[in-house]
Amino acid sequence: MKKNTMALVQIVEPNTPVDKSQPRLAVGIDLGTTNSLVASVRNDVPVPLADTQGRFALASAVRYLKDNTVSVGRDAKQCASCDPYNCILSVKRLIGRGLEDVQQLGEQLPYRFQDGDSQMPLIETVQGCKSPVEVSAEILKVLRQRAEQVLGGDLFGAVITVPAYFDDAQRQATKDAARLAGINVLRLLNEPTAAAVAYGLDKQAEGVIVVYDLGGGTFDVSILRLTRGVFEVLATGGDSALGGDDFDHAIANWIVQQAGVSSDLEPGEQRRLMRLACDVKEALSSAESTLVQYKAWQAELSRADFEQLITPLVARSLKACRRALRDSDVELEEIAAVVMVGGSTRVPYVREQVAHMFAREPLADIDPDKVVALGAALQADVLAGNQADSDNLLLLDVIPLSLGLETMGDLVEKIVPRNTTIPVTRTQDFTTARDGQTAIALHIVQGERELASASRSLARFELRGIPPMVAGAAKVRVSFQVDADGLLSVTATETRSGVEARVEIKPSYGLSEDAISRMLEESIENAEQDRKARGLREQQVNAQRLLETVRAALQSDGNLLNEQERALIDEQLEKLEQAQQGDEIGAIARQIQQLNAATHEFASRRMDATVKRAFAGRQLEEV
Amino acid sequence: MAVSLTEAAAKHVRRSLDKRGKGEGIRVGIRTTGCSGMAYVLEYVDEVSAEDEVFESHGLKVIVDANSLDFIDGTELDFVREGVNEGFKFNNPNVRGECGCGESFSV
Repeated sequence: MKKNTMALVQIVEPNTPVDKSQPRLAVGIDLGTTNSLVASVRNDVPVPLADTQGRFALASAVRYLKDNTVSVGRDAKQCASCDPYNCILSVKRLIGRGLEDVQQLGEQLPYRFQDGDSQMPLIETVQGCKSPVEVSAEILKVLRQRAEQVLGGDLFGAVITVPAYFDDAQRQATKDAARLAGINVLRLLNEPTAAAVAYGLDKQAEGVIVVYDLGGGTFDVSILRLTRGVFEVLATGGDSALGGDDFDHAIANWIVQQAGVSSDLEPGEQRRLMRLACDVKEALSSAESTLVQYKAWQAELSRADFEQLITPLVARSLKACRRALRDSDVELEEIAAVVMVGGSTRVPYVREQVAHMFAREPLADIDPDKVVALGAALQADVLAGNQADSDNLLLLDVIPLSLGLETMGDLVEKIVPRNTTIPVTRTQDFTTARDGQTAIALHIVQGERELASASRSLARFELRGIPPMVAGAAKVRVSFQVDADGLLSVTATETRSGVEARVEIKPSYGLSEDAISRMLEESIENAEQDRKARGLREQQVNAQRLLETVRAALQSDGNLLNEQERALIDEQLEKLEQAQQGDEIGAIARQIQQLNAATHEFASRRMDATVKRAFAGRQLEEV
Repeated sequence: MAVSLTEAAAKHVRRSLDKRGKGEGIRVGIRTTGCSGMAYVLEYVDEVSAEDEVFESHGLKVIVDANSLDFIDGTELDFVREGVNEGFKFNNPNVRGECGCGESFSV
């Protein structure tokens, strides 16, 4: 008996609701692309939890260092340019996706990927290969430590938010990350739903709620319908490459143009400029005009001018809103509330435009950076059983995408249609197609498409040992169960013979139990690596980058070269391409040098041309 | 048959009752919860009811309802300080297992 582990008890007033005496420590976590937050309900009010320096937002950046330590947050983010391979930013864009998906993202990801067994993209770092799940777990670990420090005790559990459009694999991967971080996941909650909860909309009106979420780098719009405590996702939309950072870019470009400096800046200088742009943007949220000083140049930027700069960007977000509205078949009059999420919604122009489009003032009283975490904290408090009155209904969510089985001819039979409230169990009977058929292969897919090949494949398994019967005589009952987190398990039973295939369905990109425990064990040992293989891979990636850069340059500025010069570069391009496919590190390195040398003159001509263009632009502006 | 207090526990109970300004004594009970089934409850008592057993310890009334008594008979309450936390600790001879979180026990 471990007497000393027993919790200490306090005397309480008679008839105190029991759970009030010792609330369980539960938090809400907003695991964001750029920043993450943790919040908790204290004295019935949800509050964000700060780190020891009083900062709420934790930059979602993880850096793996040579000495086997991991740094998370601002420090890691600042090293992104000096140590790009070991600093992982925006890992949320990768989590729960296969390598192919990631490559199709069409984004420039500076990481080195390696194919994993589970088709997960593995990022090569100085501490070995890391999966997006492990990287996310590092962020969650820091948030968990912060919460336990502030709240003074072990965490009972957490509600973690995910985008409404996250599919099963992405949700599973998020849950795996939490588990790796030692967090008991009470529930995964859709981000827009969490924002609506923070505003107490779950207790109010029934109706349609629009959540406009303009973050640092992504824009999401969700159309939700609330009916008797159930949030249904009617439609989602957005733009994964639109955010407040683009506002900063717009201002930075304006400064470069106005100040007449070259836009080809050193990374350090680039960062300084972006920082300045961001400050200008923030100043203009309250001031009508602000003085911009860059090096020796200075000028006044008015709010009206700034609004002109960002008009096309805001218009893009509104276009996505209109599309989502059309998808959801909702009329403007049906909308009961519009909720603003994300720091960029502080820009007055954004609010005005959103208000104008939906013909109503959006809800923006709660800090838009924290509203999702706060809503999650409220839900966590309910789920942990800390709310004495059970009037606080548990929030029900719905599955975002239909779940089904592939049937003959690549067709999808939808078993659980999208927007079914969860948890849910649905069964459907199938039969054999041929005489004497003893096995059935089941292919579980997710998505709204009619063809299995166009849907997302979640898992495959087989039901074997069906007694031979004539076609159509066997009765196979397939049961889909979706738990409260939106995660799926499937079982198949042949009802006449009782043969059953009770297969644990894990999405293809999730991690198996084994993989998780292996990762935990290997997290230290894995540092040992085949250096040579990695060196080769490095050179190959370098070569690939150079090839792409030179080709892109030739495409845009090829006219700066005469035929002879062009032929020389083409020849070196081809040589490097050949070397890159081989496995000789030295040869690749040599060819990289050769190509660099061959394009030296070309590069300086391009630079001159850019400067000329910048001057031309300036003169136009000044006319 | 008894539920008793250590000297430290008695001192704290007396102080708490004085501060509260009223109360017959304290009630020691159990409720069902946690992963192992049961947890302790400690309450001020303003009215002793007919089903209650009343024990005297260091001149204080320790009140236990009949249903709870089976599970906590022989228990001694101690008042301890553990780090920054202080509170009552139950030395219960009936306990056979405690859950990992320390909140509940089984008998």
